Formats: sequence, structure tokens, C-alpha cells
Amino acid sequence: MIGAGIAEVFVDAGARLLTSAFAPIPLRPPAASTIAEGVDRLHFALTGITLFFTVIIFSTIFFFMIKYRRQSEDEIPPEIEKNVPLEILWTGIPTLICVVIFFWSASLYIRNARPPDASTEIFVVGKQWMWHLQHPEGVREINELHVPLGVPIKLTMTSEDVIHDFYIPAFRVKKDVLPGRYTSLWFQATKTGTYHVFCGQYCGADHAQMIGWVYVMEPSDYAAWLSGGASHESMAQAGERLFTQLGCATCHAADNTGRGPSLIGLYGKPEKLRSGETRIVDEGLIRQAIVFPNSVILPNYPPVMPTFQGQINEEQVLQLIAYVKSLGTQERTGK
Amino acid sequence: MSTAVADIHEVPAGSRVNYLNASYGIKSWLFTTDHKRIALLYLASITFMFFVGGTAAVLMRIHLIEPSGALVQPETYNKLFSIHGIVMVFFFLVPSIPATLGNFLVPLMIGARDLAFPKLNLLSWYVYMVGAIFTLYAVISGGVDTGWTFYAPFSSLYSQTHVIAAALGVFITGFSSILTGLNFIVTIHKMRAPGMTWFRLPLFIWAMYATSVIFILGTPVIAITIFLLGLERLLHVGIFDPAVGGDPILFQHLFWFYSHPAVYIMILPAMGVISEVVTCFSKKRIFGYSIVAFSSMAIAVISFLVWGHHMFVTGQSVYAGLIFSVLSFLVAIPSAIKVFNWTSTLYKGSISYEAPMLYALGFIGLFTMGGLTGLFLASLATDVHLNGTYFIVAHFHYIMVGGAVMGYLGGIHFWWPKITGRLYPDAWARFAALVVFVGFNLTFFPQFMLGYLGMPRRYAVYPEEFQVLNVMSSAGASILGIGYLIPLIYLIWSMRYGPVAGPNPWGARGLEWEVPSPPPTENFEDIPVVTEEAYNYTGARQTLG
Amino acid sequence: MARTAAHSPALVHQFETKEQQHDAGSLGMWVFLATEIMFFGGVFMAYIVYRALHLEAFIQGSHFLDVTFGATNTAVLICSSLTMALAINAAQTGKSKSTIITFLVLTMLLGAAFLFIKFTFEWTHDWTEGLVPGLHFTYNGPHAPGVQLFFCFYFFMTGLHALHMFIGLGILATLTVMAYRGRFNAEYYAPLEVSGLYWHFVDIVWIFLFPLLYLIGGRYGGGH
Repeated sequence: MIGAGIAEVFVDAGARLLTSAFAPIPLRPPAASTIAEGVDRLHFALTGITLFFTVIIFSTIFFFMIKYRRQSEDEIPPEIEKNVPLEILWTGIPTLICVVIFFWSASLYIRNARPPDASTEIFVVGKQWMWHLQHPEGVREINELHVPLGVPIKLTMTSEDVIHDFYIPAFRVKKDVLPGRYTSLWFQATKTGTYHVFCGQYCGADHAQMIGWVYVMEPSDYAAWLSGGASHESMAQAGERLFTQLGCATCHAADNTGRGPSLIGLYGKPEKLRSGETRIVDEGLIRQAIVFPNSVILPNYPPVMPTFQGQINEEQVLQLIAYVKSLGTQERTGK
Repeated sequence: MSTAVADIHEVPAGSRVNYLNASYGIKSWLFTTDHKRIALLYLASITFMFFVGGTAAVLMRIHLIEPSGALVQPETYNKLFSIHGIVMVFFFLVPSIPATLGNFLVPLMIGARDLAFPKLNLLSWYVYMVGAIFTLYAVISGGVDTGWTFYAPFSSLYSQTHVIAAALGVFITGFSSILTGLNFIVTIHKMRAPGMTWFRLPLFIWAMYATSVIFILGTPVIAITIFLLGLERLLHVGIFDPAVGGDPILFQHLFWFYSHPAVYIMILPAMGVISEVVTCFSKKRIFGYSIVAFSSMAIAVISFLVWGHHMFVTGQSVYAGLIFSVLSFLVAIPSAIKVFNWTSTLYKGSISYEAPMLYALGFIGLFTMGGLTGLFLASLATDVHLNGTYFIVAHFHYIMVGGAVMGYLGGIHFWWPKITGRLYPDAWARFAALVVFVGFNLTFFPQFMLGYLGMPRRYAVYPEEFQVLNVMSSAGASILGIGYLIPLIYLIWSMRYGPVAGPNPWGARGLEWEVPSPPPTENFEDIPVVTEEAYNYTGARQTLG
Repeated sequence: MARTAAHSPALVHQFETKEQQHDAGSLGMWVFLATEIMFFGGVFMAYIVYRALHLEAFIQGSHFLDVTFGATNTAVLICSSLTMALAINAAQTGKSKSTIITFLVLTMLLGAAFLFIKFTFEWTHDWTEGLVPGLHFTYNGPHAPGVQLFFCFYFFMTGLHALHMFIGLGILATLTVMAYRGRFNAEYYAPLEVSGLYWHFVDIVWIFLFPLLYLIGGRYGGGH
């Protein structure tokens, strides 16, 4: 939209001017992701609109206060109760502004809502009062997140206890982290550096200390960091180990001879459940199958899977999911 | 007894029978059914709760001078912000104007002798007091640390504080709101004086009516929500516990279904006050009476449709986000129209600057700012960044404090002579209004900046880079606190030592100004017959009295 | 205060005419019922969400409820609404106070019967079967968490309804005393009318509760 484009140019210039004038106090956090500049432009446009109308109202009031101050007790003001053209104008203009802002904002939001298909996935488990992060390659971090520059990163997140929120101001991204469910956000970093991570949803005593850092590194540095240190089993390997330890392999035999279905090639496909509804086998469904098995039984299978709730934590669930995902590329046999 | 205009110093207060001196003794107050006395009972309780919530705020702002926290442990800080929110929202802002000014003025403004159900009115005050006692018990016995939003599963399964006592206090007080709303709706429908048609009603009455609609339809839902929360906490039945199939997001939907309309409960009455004050002190009819009246009703209706904007980052679907965003923009339009209407009322008026007018004008400016910052939050892309930060805190304080509290203070000052029969020292009042305005802006403007920089709310400690803005905010808070103490002092002083007020010290229009100050218990000797429109300032001059 | 009009003792001071007082009372009760709709509505909404999320569990839970008792109670309440309406009608048409009292007492008896059936037969049975969440819940068959959720809502919703029934019985008792004292006649029966509205509302809530709780997943032949 041309109007929005022109507005953005003005706003850019104004923002830069203001930022330099108020050098000691920054007006915005570092803009370190692909969406940050866009969000800032919208924010400063809204700031401009706010200041504009505030100044108009304040100065009009001030002007009227002085010009129409009471001169004598006998003066009788005129009866002015409507002015239809003016009222249409001051209803229409705010409506127009709202419409423009809505569409501008919604289009940014929709673009930012879905991660690109080639995103690197990193898994986050929040718990009172720390962040546990796992890279698929197996590296684990606490309260720190190393990511490569210029690559879309998708964070899949869940909580062990209460509602938390993963907030990276520099990337302008935030999403609640919920118990019993997976939420996700994505970003692509555009500047190397170190940036704050905050828990953005009050979660109890040490909510203010559930903070950390994101380290954006050059891809080569990131690769080096990832492979450095002690050798790690990948999440999928850890998941495979758990799959055997917990006895999953007994029922979910790879050749479909067990009491449960083989999980090979299952991930990502739509499946019709016993209840009749069809759902895509994604992280959420697999987690549900582990915790509330009898709610997602496949047809032709008895509802006898025991629950593993309480026996494994959320990070281990994510490892099992990673393992199931890794089976997704193989051929399916049997039923 | 005569309602003729009297010289301002003619009759010493107390020599004429009015609602204050009609009977003496504590029982005549605790068992009164006179809406005016009940309004004063509320005034005392609400003022007390305001200073309880305000003390918590002062302690919070002192604590936040230091990045590592200057005053208390994080657990205590968490209790302070929870108590501040619970007390200020449920025990001050929600009842403030309706229970004090509304109770006092609704019958007077429409030409009735009392509300429809005076005993229910008294009951509503007792219910409020019981609720307040439960909440104060929670405060004194160790506090509550869930935030005023009581989000599950923290509040249902993890918090180790007095959640049930505090929640019970809120639950009980909710019924006080319901009774008040019910009383107002029936009174306004059925007890208007002859000739007082709907479109001759003062806009304050329209505001009370719209507020009462929200009271009636919204409050029961928070009651149920708190009840379910209490059940879960008590019996561990897992209504909001995902481990047993519950959904914590359902709690948020139920909670915000009331709590968003609740914020309009807090602002609509203040808007009603502004309409009364601006017309009186410009000696002009309101610009666009029916539009202002309709906009109050529109705000009340649309307010029920926007609750999801508190949940944009909870993982709800993109489509839900889009719908709630559109509706949230929509609700801004009637408020904007009101601001333009009030400003236009000043045009070619005959303006004077007594304290009520200063509060009203301050309201218009600050509400404009606060309301416009709401657009940042209705806008999805910016809300993702701003949600849960100090930007939100600044936004709602601009509306609640810069708006609702200033409207409340303006109204208290405007009708003070009618309520007490005394005038307060206007020079002090104007000074205090100025102190409040300056202190308020210094407290909350830096918080907009803190929010965009990324400082989350409800943080007991914070990164060093946020300190300068926090110190500015705390400095402002100390000024604001002083600004609130000053009226407390001179208003109490005026009740005994202020000059006696006549029926109409401001030369205002309205039925309440045609009875003596203070009014007699029965309000009117004979029920008036109304023949003119509201705010008939440009008709026959009303002489000062 | 001097008054020009003579007021009957039933007219309270804030109203100018009996019509105004009657109208205000009626409107007040309708507004109160609106709050009750929102009150129950909140629980209904939560119930609907969980039923959608846990349909199989809710069907399972519903099958533990005895449709015969539920249906009987439904009939009992509908009859009690009839007797209430007859009580109001008796006053309106100037019938003797003993007629009014008879119908009021019948309404109370039917209401008490409802509560008796609910507590003595249904709830006691649920307790012995171990189906009371938080206090005595021993079911661990399929969909146990969802069944527990179902019973949370069952007890909460029927309990809230029962509380409103108790309050209704109290109101009816008061009305009976007032009728005994001859307070009601063809000119003045507002308290009966207004209480009738409340009683009918409580009845209607049950009409919604019964199918939502007892008839999930369809039934044939009633009972288990």
C-alpha cells in the first residue's frame, strides 16, 4: 500500500532523528532479526500517530482554555451541538487509521506466524525457574541459546509446570510456553551478538531471574561450537535409547508384530483415530499418545497402552518425538 | 423548606435538617437505607482501600530504584504487585465512581427519592466489606503472589500463598457490583421524574447505565471463574490442570471475558463525570449529546467482544488473533469520538478553571494518550513484542490513573459541596491537580519506553540498563503520592472548617443542583417535572448560589 | 415529610405509585435472572469446551448417571413450576388464601422431592461408587482423567443448581407465611410473581442440565 510506504519513510527519518537526540536513553532494543525493522517501523508509525493526536488535543484544549476563558459572569455562549461534516471527518479519519494499521500489522503478523519449511528446530523446556534448551544434534544448554546467523530457527517449546513465556526483545518475538502442550516461535537473526532472553509470563518467586542470553554466531563459529566439547548423542539417539529402556519397542515393534502399530513412517501423516477424527501425527499428537494414550488410539488396536506420565520429563518426551520423527523417512510395512 | 437561592454564607450548616444530621449515632449509619449515606459509607471504605493499594505501589517503586531490588525479597515483591492489583482493580477502581458518586447522584439526577431497592443497596455495601475483609486477611496473614490475574496452573497448583482467601474476597465483592448494577438499571428505567425522557438524562446517568449493563453481564462470569479456581485449589480436581486433561488457557478465556469489560466499568463512569464537568465549566451544552450517549452503550456492548487481545501470544490461532484485533480497533472509535465531542464543547464556551475542570481537562489529554497506546496493543505485530512488558503497565495506568482516577477526583471535587454542604479551598485543589498531573506523567511515561526496550512486567529485579528509566518512574511516583495526599487533607478539613456551600456554587444545570446542599433525606419536597434538555446552559442563566 | 397522596402500607417510600413499585420489582427480577444466566452460562461454556475435548470420557461418565432418576426429577420440577404458576394464578384471580397456600406448599414439596431424590439416591450412590472427584474418586478405567473432569462438572453444576433450589425453598416458605397472614390478594401479588420468575428459571436451568449431563452419547432403555 502506497500510503503505508510513504508513512514508513517519514517514520524512518523521524525515528532516526529522535534516536540521535536522545542518545543516552535508547528508544528501542537492538534490531537483530529479519522482522525487527518491520515491527519497529510500525511501532514508530503508531508513536507518531499517538503524538500527533495527543498534541492536537492538548493544544486545542490549551488554546480554547485561553481564548474562551470566562470574561464576565453574564456572557452566554452560543448553542453549538453538532456539525455533521466535522463529525463525519473525525469518525472517518480514526476509522481509516485503524483500518490501515490493522492491515499493516496483520500482514506482518501473518508473515511472522509460520516458520519457513527449512527451519532449524531447537527445543525449549521451561520450568521454574530456568530454561532447558536442546539442539537436535544433542547439545543442551541452560538459559543460553546459541544460534547461527542468517538461518531460520524454530523453537518448539513446552513447560514442565506453570505457564512461562519465551521473549527475545532483540528479535521482537515472544510466545507463551504452556504445560501439556507445544507452542512455537521462529526467527532469523541478522546480526551477531548477545541478546537478552526473558521469561515474559509471571511464573512465581524467581520469575525475574528466569532470564538468559541468545548468542548469534557466524555459521562457521556455530558449527564449531556445536561439535566442540564432549560428544553428544543426538536427540533422536537419546530417544531411541529411551524407546528401548521404557519398553516401547515391545509393543511398537518395527515389523508390526507387537500389540501396537509400528511407528515407522508415521510422523507427519494424517491418521484416522478410533474416535473417528483425523489428525496429523505431529509433536502434539505424539506427546498426547505418551501421556494420554487412550485418547489417540488407532482403529483396530485395543486401548491398552499405559501412560508414561510422571515417568519421564518433558525433555525426554521431546527426545522420543525426535526419534519417532527420524523414523518418518523409512517405508511403512504391514497394516 | 425552601430551595430558593441563598447567599453563600447565609445559613450556618447544621441548622437545617439534611441527610447528614437527620439522625445521629453509629446505628443510623450502619443500618441506613438512604442512598446518600450509603454513598458515604462506600467513600470511606474505598478511600481506605485506595491507600492500601497505594502503599503497595509506593513500596514497589522504592524497591525498583535498584536493579537488584532496593527494599524486599522477590517473594515479597511478587506479593506487593499482586495485592496492588487486586485491591486497586476490585476494591477501588471497579466500585469507585458507581458506588460513591453513582449511589449519591443517580436518584437526585433523575428526580427520584432513592434507588429502586434501598435495602439491596445497603446489602451491597456490607457484601463489599465482607469481601474486603477476606482480602485484607489474605494480605495480613502473608499475602498472595499470583498477580491480580490469578493465572492457572500457578494459582491453582503451585502458589504457596493465601490464594483462596484473596480469591474469595474478590468473589464476594463481585456480588456487591451485581447488586449496584441491578439497582441502577431498574432505577433508571422505572423511576425517572415526569418529563425526564431518556434523551434528557444527564450523560452521567447514561454512563452509569452502560456501566451497570457490564456489571450485570460480566461479573457473574468472574464469579464462576474464581469458584472453579477455588475448587481446583481446594480439592485438586484438575479443572485447569493439563496433567488430568484440563486447560489453563480456558481459565484465561473465562477470566478475561469479565476482566476486559471490567476495564470499561472503570472508565465509563469517569467519562460520565467529564461530560458533567466540562459542560458546567464552559457553560455550554455538550456537543453531540446523543452521540456521546450512544457511544457509551456501544463501548459497553463491544467491550464483551475483545477479550482475546490479552491472549495474542498464548498460542491461539492466527484467525482468532485477527478477529480480536479487528474488534479491539473497533472499540477505540467511540472513545475517540467522545474526546472530540468534549473538546468541541469547549469551543466558544465560557471557561473557568476550578479544580474539577482541571481534572477533567487532564483526563481528556491523558485518556487520549492512554487510549492511543491501546492501538499498539490491538495491533498484532506490535503486541507480540509489547505484551507482558512495561508498555502494558504504562498503557493501563494512563487510562486507569490518568483517566479513571482523575475523573473520580474531578467528580469528588465537583459534587463535594452538594455531598457535604461545604466548599474546599480551590487554590489547594488546583495545586494538587497540577502535582498529580506532573507526578503521573513522570511516573508512567518512562514505562512506555521501558516496555519497548523489552523490560518485562512483574520483575522484582531487572538488568542494569533499565535503571535510569526506573528511577525516573519512581521519582514521579513520589510526587504522585504527595498529590493524592493533599486532597485527603483539605477535603477532610473542609468537612468541618470549609465555608458553607449553597445549593449551586458552580452555577451548574441538573436536578441535583436544585436541592439544598446537603440534600434532605427525601431528596425532593415534591418530585420535579422536567421540561428542558440536559445542560441547558444557554437558556436562562442559572444564578450562582 | 408531608405527602399529598395517601399510600397503602404496601407502597414503599421511594416509589410514587404501586404500578411503579410492581414494575420495578419485576424488572429487578428479570435483571437478576440475566445475571444468573451469565453465572450458569460461564460454567456451561467451560463444560462445552471440555466435552468437545474429551467426548469419549464424557460419554463414559454420563453412562454412570441414572437416567430414570434424572427424568423423574425433570418431571418433578416441571410439575412444581405448574403448581407455582397455579399459586400465582390463585392470588391473581382472588382465590382464598388456603388455595394459594396449598399450591405453594405443593411446590415446596415437589422441590424438596427433587432434592431428596438427588441427594439420597443419586449423590449417595455416586459416593459409594467412588465417583466424587477430590473427595472419593476411585475410578481408573478408560479415560479416567476425562471422567474425573466430567464428574467435577456434574457435581459443580448440579450442586450450584441445588443451592438455587434451597434458596428457592426458603423463598417459598417465606411466601407461605406471607400468604398465611393474608398479604396477597388480586391487587397485590408481586412477591409471588417475582418469586415465580425465579422458580421457573431454576427449572429451566435443570431442563438444560438434564440432557447435557445425563444423555450424552444417547441412551436406550434408561439406566446403566
